[in-house]
This record gives sequence, C-alpha cells and structure tokens, in this order.
Amino acid sequence: MAHRLEIALKPGLTDAQGQKVKKRAADYLSIGLSDVRVVHVITLDADLSEPQQWAVREIFTNPVTQVSSFYPLAVAFDWIIWVGFRPGVKDNAGDTAKEAISDSLGRTFTDDEGVYTSKRYCLSGDGLSRKQVETIAGELLANDTIEQWKLFSKQDWDSKTGIGLIIPGVRLAHSPTVTLIPVESDAALMKVSDQRNLALNPNDVPVIREYFVRKEVRDRRRAVGLSDPTDIEVEYISQARSDHCNHNTFGGRFHYKNLITGETLEIDSLFATCIRQPTLDLQKEKPWVVSVLWDNAGMARFDEEHCYVITGETHNSPSNMEAYGGAMTGIVGVYRDPMGTGKGARLVMGGYGFCTGRRDYDGDLKPRLSPRRLLDGVIEGVKDGGNKSGIPTTFGQIYFDDGYMGKCLVFVTAVGILPAYIKGEPSDKKTTRPGDLIVMCGGRVGKDGIHGVTASSEVYSEHTPAGHVQIGDPYTQKKMHDFLLCARDEGLIRFITDNGGGGLSSSVGESALYSGGCEVWLEKVPLKYAGLDQWEIWVSESQERMTVAVAPENIDRFLALSADHAVESTVIGKYTDSGMLHILHDGVTCAYIDLNFMASDFPQWKFEAHWTPPKARGLCEPVLGGSPDFNALLCDMLARPNICSKEWVARQYDHEVQGGSAVKPLVGADRDIPSDAAVTRPVLSSEKGIAFAQALLPAYSKIDAYHMTTTVIDEAVRRLVAVGADPAGIGGVDNFCWPNIAYDPVSNPDGRFKAAQLVRSCLALRDACNAFGIPLLSGKDSMYVDGHLAGRYGETRKVSALPTMQFSATAVVDDVTACTTLEAKAEGDWVYVAGITRNELGASEYYELLGFTGLNVPRVRFDESMAVCRAVAAAIGRGLCASVHGVYRGGLGVHLALVAMGGNLGMTADLSKIVQEPGLSDHTLLFSESPARFVITVAPENRAAFESLWQDAPCACIGTVTGKNGRLTLSGQNGSVLVDREVTALKETWKQPFGNLI
Amino acid sequence: MTHHASALVLTGYGLNCDHETAFAFEQAGARAERVHINALISGQKTLDAFHILAFVGGFSWGDDHGAGVIQAHRMKTRLGKGLVAFVERGGLVIGICNGFQTLVNLGLLPGIDGDYATRSVALIANDCGNFRDDWVALAVNTASPCVFTKGIASLDLPIRHGEGKFFCAPEVLATLSANQQVVMRYADNTGAPAKGRFPQNPNGSVDDIAGICDTTGRVFGLMPHPEAYNHPTNHPHWPLQKEKAVRAGQNPVFTLPTDGIRLFLNGVDFVKTGVL
Repeated sequence: MAHRLEIALKPGLTDAQGQKVKKRAADYLSIGLSDVRVVHVITLDADLSEPQQWAVREIFTNPVTQVSSFYPLAVAFDWIIWVGFRPGVKDNAGDTAKEAISDSLGRTFTDDEGVYTSKRYCLSGDGLSRKQVETIAGELLANDTIEQWKLFSKQDWDSKTGIGLIIPGVRLAHSPTVTLIPVESDAALMKVSDQRNLALNPNDVPVIREYFVRKEVRDRRRAVGLSDPTDIEVEYISQARSDHCNHNTFGGRFHYKNLITGETLEIDSLFATCIRQPTLDLQKEKPWVVSVLWDNAGMARFDEEHCYVITGETHNSPSNMEAYGGAMTGIVGVYRDPMGTGKGARLVMGGYGFCTGRRDYDGDLKPRLSPRRLLDGVIEGVKDGGNKSGIPTTFGQIYFDDGYMGKCLVFVTAVGILPAYIKGEPSDKKTTRPGDLIVMCGGRVGKDGIHGVTASSEVYSEHTPAGHVQIGDPYTQKKMHDFLLCARDEGLIRFITDNGGGGLSSSVGESALYSGGCEVWLEKVPLKYAGLDQWEIWVSESQERMTVAVAPENIDRFLALSADHAVESTVIGKYTDSGMLHILHDGVTCAYIDLNFMASDFPQWKFEAHWTPPKARGLCEPVLGGSPDFNALLCDMLARPNICSKEWVARQYDHEVQGGSAVKPLVGADRDIPSDAAVTRPVLSSEKGIAFAQALLPAYSKIDAYHMTTTVIDEAVRRLVAVGADPAGIGGVDNFCWPNIAYDPVSNPDGRFKAAQLVRSCLALRDACNAFGIPLLSGKDSMYVDGHLAGRYGETRKVSALPTMQFSATAVVDDVTACTTLEAKAEGDWVYVAGITRNELGASEYYELLGFTGLNVPRVRFDESMAVCRAVAAAIGRGLCASVHGVYRGGLGVHLALVAMGGNLGMTADLSKIVQEPGLSDHTLLFSESPARFVITVAPENRAAFESLWQDAPCACIGTVTGKNGRLTLSGQNGSVLVDREVTALKETWKQPFGNLI
Repeated sequence: MTHHASALVLTGYGLNCDHETAFAFEQAGARAERVHINALISGQKTLDAFHILAFVGGFSWGDDHGAGVIQAHRMKTRLGKGLVAFVERGGLVIGICNGFQTLVNLGLLPGIDGDYATRSVALIANDCGNFRDDWVALAVNTASPCVFTKGIASLDLPIRHGEGKFFCAPEVLATLSANQQVVMRYADNTGAPAKGRFPQNPNGSVDDIAGICDTTGRVFGLMPHPEAYNHPTNHPHWPLQKEKAVRAGQNPVFTLPTDGIRLFLNGVDFVKTGVL
C-alpha cells in the first residue's frame, strides 16, 4: 500500500519558494496572486507499518518550522497545481529520501517499491480563472517534457483524498530482446536507420553493409552464433559514427571558393589543419603542455607536483528542450571529463556561457520555451549542478541574440588538478591491458538519454525524441568523485574515462582499443528498472557514470573502497586482446565486431564552401553625423542587455568553495563589476593560481567569421593579461557552435556560405593560435544550431544562430598577490589607454543600438596586440598598475565607465589623446571596438617607470581618476565635452535592466 | 602545559568544504584529518583521538529535504550518544554552513544548559528566494562564551547558502540573548547589526543572527565560511587594501593570520593551552 506524506512550512513563516512563484506570475504572466504556499509531497510506494510511517514523518519534518501529515494538509488556496515527474525522470530528492528511509528503518526497497517527490502549489488570488491557472502550470511550474501536472479548483478538491496517490514508477512489461537488422540492401539498412532514429549517414551504409556480408566476417560470426548484424551492433556503429562523437564535419573535406576573386582552397580536415597541427607545433616549444588531443581533457603543468586539466563542452539540444535538466546535465557532465583525464583529476572550477534570445522577446516567433523561461532554467540548472558538486563557478558570460531562439547555446567549462605523479608514475599516462576488469561506477542505467548523441547531430524539430532529456545528479557524482580520487591515490586505477555521449558504447569501445579487445557481460550492468533491451543498456546515456579499468589483483580493494563511500561499482566485463568487441547477455553473444572496423575507410564528409566578401554582399558603413547627445547614448549603451549588469547570475553561483578564490567574478568597491578574469588557487598551500577567462563575439560573424574568431581570442588573451597572467603561458579551449553547413537548395540554401564562414573561422583560429602561441588544450564542436519555429501566421521559419565560437583561456599565475583588478583605486591616479583605436565600428554594440551592421569589423593585428600585452604584463609584473581593464564590447566609453564605477570614483579624460588612426569621429572614439586595448590607472609616483615600458607599444595618458562619487567627464576631438555624468547615476543605469532579479 | 591539537573534519555524502577546512586547521597549528562519515559510523575511526570535530559546508545528501536534515538524522541514529559524550567530555565542535544546519537539526545547538537533543532553532530558505554568494560584515558579541571568537569584535567573511535564515520562537530567542549564545550578527558597513536589511543581512535571519554557540561556548555553528578566508587574497577588497598598504609604505603588505584563520587559531589555542 502506498503512503503520501505532505510537508509544509508553518503558517506565518515566509514561504520563499511560494513568493518566487508569486513574483514570476506577476512579472512574466501578468497574473496577480495574493499568496502562494508550497506543500512538499513524498509518495512512498511501499508497505510501511504505522511506527515506520511515524519514523518517516520524523525524518522529513522540522519541528521548529514545519507541519506534516499523511493526510492532505489544510493550506488555504483558491486553486491547487500539483506538479510531479513523469515516469522514469530522475527524481534526485526521491532517491535521497529513499536512502534516508532505508538507513533509518534498516529496510531496503525492492524493485517494485519506490519513493517519489512532487509539489503541491496552493494559489490564492481573487477571480483566478482556470485558464490563468493552466498558464501558470504550463509556462511557469512544469515542463511537460519531464513533468506532469493536475489542477484542482476549490470545488474539485477532496480534503480526504487530496491529490491522490500518483506513482510515477516505470514498469516495463518487456523481456530484453536482441533484434536482427536486415542487410540485404543499402535501402533496407537506411530504412531501419530512419525507423530507429539512428541518424546513419547514407554514405556510411555501404561500408557497414559490406562488412556484415563479407564471407570471413560471416564465418567468424557464425562460430559465436550470429548472422545478420544485431541492433546492438548497428547502434554501436551509429553512435560511434555520429557527428557528435566522430566530428565528421571538422574532419571533412572542404572545397572553399571566394566567389569574387575566384581564389580556391582545398582543406582536408579542418581539425587536422587548423587545430591539431598548430597545437602539436606549439607543444614542442612549450614544455608546460603535458598531454593534448587524445584524452577527455588537455593537461598542462601547474607546478612541479601538479598538472591542471581543462575542457569545454556544450549542451545545446537538451537545454533547448528542458532548460533546467539540460543545463544541469551539461555542467555535471563536463565535470566528468577532468575526472576521466589521465588517472583522474580533482575538479577545481567551472565556467559557463549562455546564448539565448532576448529575455523580453515578444516578436512573432513562438519557441517551445520563451527565452526568459529558458534562461531562467539554464541559470538554475548550472546553479544546482555546480553548487552541489562543490566546485566554484568562477566565470561566465551571457549573450542575447534572437538567432539563438532556434536553439540556445549552453557552454560549460571545467578545470581540474591532479598530482603530476601517482605512485611514481606520470599521471597523464594510462592504458588498459588484457585481463583488466571493466568496472562501471556511479549511477545506474535506465532508458534516459538514449540517442542523445544522434539527436544533437540533428536540427531541432518537433519530432526530436524527448527521451534524451535528463536531469543531472550532482550528489551521486560528488560521492563518486571523492571515491575515485581515493582509489587513484592508492594506485588502483589503470584507466579511467567517463560515460557521456554514447554511454558504455563509447567508454568501453574506446578504452578497449588500448588492450585490443573486450568482453562485456551486459546482464551485470545495474539497471534502474528491468525490461531494457540489450542495445539500450549499451548506448544509454544515463548520467554520473565512469568506466574504470582495474587490475584483477586490485579489484577487491577497489570495490571495498567504493562501498565505504556508498558508491555503486560493478564489474561488467574484462579487457582482452582478441581484436573484438564481444558483448554477451546471460552468456549469449549479442555483438561481435572487429574493433578496428570503426577505423575502416568510411567516406569523408564533403562540403562546398562559398565565400562572398562583406563588401560584395552589399555591406557598407552607415553615414552618421551631427552632434548627438552622447550622455544619453552612453546611458543607453550601458543599459543594453549585452552590456548591462548581470550580477544576479554570478551571485547565485558559489564561486568561492574550495577556499582558493583570489580574483572573483565580481570585483570593485561594491563587488558588482564583472572581472576581466577569475583567479583561483587550486593548491591552498601554494601562492600560485590559475587565471581563467572566456570570450565570445558572435555579432562580428555578420561581417566576417574570420575576424569574429581572432577578436574572440584576442579578448580572451587580454582578459588574462589584465589580471596579471604571462601572455606566453596561455592555453586555449575552442568551442564552435555553428548552424548546419551542408548545402541543400530547399532546406539549407545558404549552407555553402555558412561552410565558408566555418572555414574562415578555423583558419583564423590557426592564425591566432600560431601568432599568440596558444596551444589548444581542448575543444569541441556542436553543429546544427538551427531550429524551425512557428511564426505569427502558423507558418514555420528556420532560425539559425550566428556562427559562434567561445574561447576559454587559462594561464598559471606565479603569485596571486601580484594580480590586479579593474577598478580605479585612488583619486589622483593617471588614466592610460594602451593600444590603437581605429575606425572599427562594424557589427559593434553601438551600430546595433542604431540599427546598423556596417562594414569595418574590428580586426586583430597580432604583432601589435602581442606588443601591447607584453607591455601590460611587464607593468603589472613590476607592480606599476593600480588597475588594469581590457576594452571589450561597447568600446572605450563603456569600459572607462566600468573602471570608474568599479572604484566608485570619478574620472576625467580627454579622448582625443588616445593613440588613434587619423580622422576618427567622436562616435568612433567612444564606441569603436578595436581590439588590443586596455585602460590602466597608475599612481602618480609610478608614472615615469610606467611610461618607460612603452617603447614598442602604443599607450597614452588621457586623464585622471577623480574623487569619491565623482563624475565621468570625457571630452572629444575638438575639446568639447561629450559625456559628463555622475558615476553613481551611470552605475544605476547599468544595473537597472536586470536589477530586480535575484 | 601545551598539548597538540587534532581536528576531525567530516567528509563524504556531498560535503564539499573538507579540504579547505582541514587546511585552515593546519594553518592554525592543528593536526587535521579528513574522515568519511561512514568511517566514523563504522568505528573505523573514533572521536576519542580528536579534540575538535568539524561539520563542514556542502550539500549533504543533496540537501533536498531541508539542509543538513538527513546528515543530522543519520548522525543521530548512528552516533548520537557518542557525539554528546564528545561534547560533554570537553571536545570542541564547529559547524560551518551545512555543518551549522546539521548541528541545529541534531539538537547539539542551541544546546541550552546541556540539552543536546532538542531542536529549537532552524535554518530555512533565504527570504531572497535563492542561493547567494557574497561577503558579509559580521559584528561579534564579545560577551559570548564562544571559544572560537575570543578577541574578535568584527570581521568579514563569505556566505554561500540557500538556506541560512535563522529562525526560532521569540522565547527561544530571548533565552539565546540572555545566555549570550548569539555569537555573531550580520552587520552594515558601520559595524552595527543590519536590522534585517538586504543584502547586509543576506537571508532574513531573525535578529541578524549569523552564528550561535551552546551555553558552554564549545559548540559553535555559523553560516559564513571562515575556512574560505584562509589567505589575504580571499577577501574581495584585497587589491584595494594592498594598493593602500603599498602607498603607505606598509611592510608586510598583508596582515596575517587572516580573520578567518583566527577563528581556527582560537579553537586550537583553547586545546593547546591545556583546557582539555
């Protein structure tokens, strides 16, 4: 018999969660509620005696603040909305409740029993209509992808039965079955691919078929009882060949042509040409690069005893469907990459980048989730995923553009640290050996996450299966993380990798390549519920799992340690040298495939890339004149969504856990200005730190993705240099998010142009990395950032995102106490601008404000930028800078204001004195986005020493820092005052747009 | 007579401030050992060998059912008597953030007159409705018997929590005040209690309460994180402090130990000076 426990705050206590619902109903939906109270429901699908029920109630009821009952609690309402998970969706609170009850009652739960959590929202408000309540349920409280809900009016409500007993357990009346796939023709195999959502590439089909009809293959298969390929085999091939796992686009052959000049370029693999080669070349020059291009994350030297690892991922498709779960799974998932790098790293920090439509979008397009709701969910997902992992989220950025309404972007980045040697062996080396056991650690396997990789290799449509949406479980993963580090330090781990995209299929398939084979016993894999087919167990992407190779002599100790940490670990097979991927279920072979089959000659993807230069596309500079009100312009610039304060996001992310925070995401006298970069001490006994920053500038892709890419890298470099990093010690991570580049005259008519943008971006990445000397420690690509959205008249429209590359950069800082921050520190300090300002307003924030694109996109002169960065680094190194800040999006006007606002000090500056190309207008002085520039403030006594460092790089003294709560006074070319405003007023304007969000 | 001091720092089940808390104790001169909750429960480790027990920050059991609730329940069921015995024989207990939440759910706090079982105060969801990471100014009650805050009148520390609103019935609050058990309050920039104003009082705690102790002063719980102020550069205003110090010709530029470490030093000194 099932029981339902309801728990609520005592009347009179503020229900913060209810208040949040009330506020959002008013702000987002214009529905006025007088009160909202939340009742927490725990449904126990288990027979419990009365004393057991009392014991359960005692666990979950705080006598000081809560009331509870096994009958519906009498809480005032006009309407009730009950929200619970759909069957099979990860219920973290239900799982921990089960753990606590088991522990307390000394009673285990059978597979047929369960504990589920849900919520009952009690809404009060005069004249609330059913339609309004439905809107609150559907658009605020529940996402039907993962949740179900029920409404009760006062009339509907039965105070005895309440919400009823809803048990969202999964019951699969299904016996696991292996299905054979016909290979009599390419068409037959392709048909199966479509039916099963395999997303096989038609060009791969003949290669797959040829293998399975080959005589010697069939003979060998017959010996183990197999004939035609099984579903598990075809699923394995499908996921391994997916663009997500195999990076077919970046490995493709590009035929690039400039349609105006006729110049052509043939590129065999963007990855090999623009990413691998420069990185290998740089690795030879930079001994601090330890391990790149093969493991789950790249590894670099931190100090004599430690290495750090870094990787960046995106989780766009799942977040677009279910923002909270998708983003949470993204951050928790990327944290497994460092855990699976080398012998396993401890996580020390995370970063984020979110790109969505404008938060207040009210145009014609109807995305499944409004940009505001989507952003709320994404922010919350990374909050819970990051905070509960105990990893500081130290840096991030948010960028709004309506092109992301087709698919949002969720970038997540992870940094870890590990000892350089473990038991005397280098920690970056690992391998599997025949005889080693395959151990799966962490979570269990369910139907969730099946076909995630193939779905993310598609354009979003209504038919995208919802099954790949998951909710991360940072608690289970944190336990596993702690356990694996202990196991590592005892020398018990021979090889480790994570289960992410593709699940066991990827992790076992790839780790078996080292030993040269494997044998997997699928029936050993712990399941969330019975009834999964063999292929589902094999490709499920259920989260929080790692695959570890353990030597047989260490297995007892490994499993005992796992039990001590309350982590589930199971031996599911062994590595062999048979050359075969051999999968059995209850002793019956269900897959037997040559491991080197995946290395066969699959046809390379081919792309036509047609470039028309911006001028030839008709882009030109706008004609601007007059003497505008620059005070008003600067205020409007500061209030733009991509410029204004987003403090509310950083504040809800724990950015100080682990105790190593040295430069925080928000700095300045009021701790409210976004820092150029974050600096963290990952080893507490050391003064060394890791500086970390990210940049993205997708607007420039409107003109030329080449310059988009170089300016992004230049910005990331300057961000690190601004806090005190050595420009010669920077490592990078590239994350490409691009719309579909495969040309189709009907469905993707501009595919060839998008392909050319990708080629140009990759060439720029290569050029910038070579010029700045940045090895790419890691990188990922996510294609297909497009969506088909319903429009105003019921039509659908394809919406493609701006070609976007996020660049993350790290550098080791020798002494964190030598770092600088951006805010002006003292009245009377000199204000300098380093670098050259040019007529580069193309695709700037300023032009966007005025409704122009323009032509003169900012471009990086690498030598000039390097010279400026070296001079800044030298000045910081000698302790000559009171503050340093890069000039980024929005230009000098915005960034001088930020420096003044940071110190709550005034500033007077003459912009005509900055180093500039001739003929610049006042618009350009204030808002040009020329890269390679910094704002620096210098104490009067350091002036001479500071100026002596600028022999090889441009820098000019343009003014002074003035007193507390002073004015920002900026004059222009002919000496006239352009801007003159109280800094406090500017700050208020800058904070206003999102100022009421918490 | 000088003793050596050893601190047991709990880990496991989603706790996440164990490394820096152990580091802070070591900075303060103690021997610190990170011990998994299960190792204590199974008897693999016992409290006998330790002078100080630290309940650290984190999200124990995911904190889905009220912060610290399940950790407290498990500790009480499995170790209840041992914990009380540890306190009664003079051991020091510090609970930080999730550890504070656990102590109040265990009933070790407020621990009025030796009652280490009754739950009479709670830490509940912040009034602002969200998790919050910021630095706060704290006014210390110098009349409090708290061992850890001896000689400290005010300090800045980071808070990082979603459930830090201190709540209790008015009569309990009166008792806590009368007993000087309120150790620290959220303050404004003049050092006076914040009087409920957000964000100086970041969570809506009654009477701006940020930390309390039992009547002996040996059991201490607080929402702010002293272990996260283990280095001068943890303070958000260190670049300005440094700039001022350099210009004033001050050497060394930073004052050590940090205010965060001073709390641990007090605990360790209490043990070392042979009071135990």
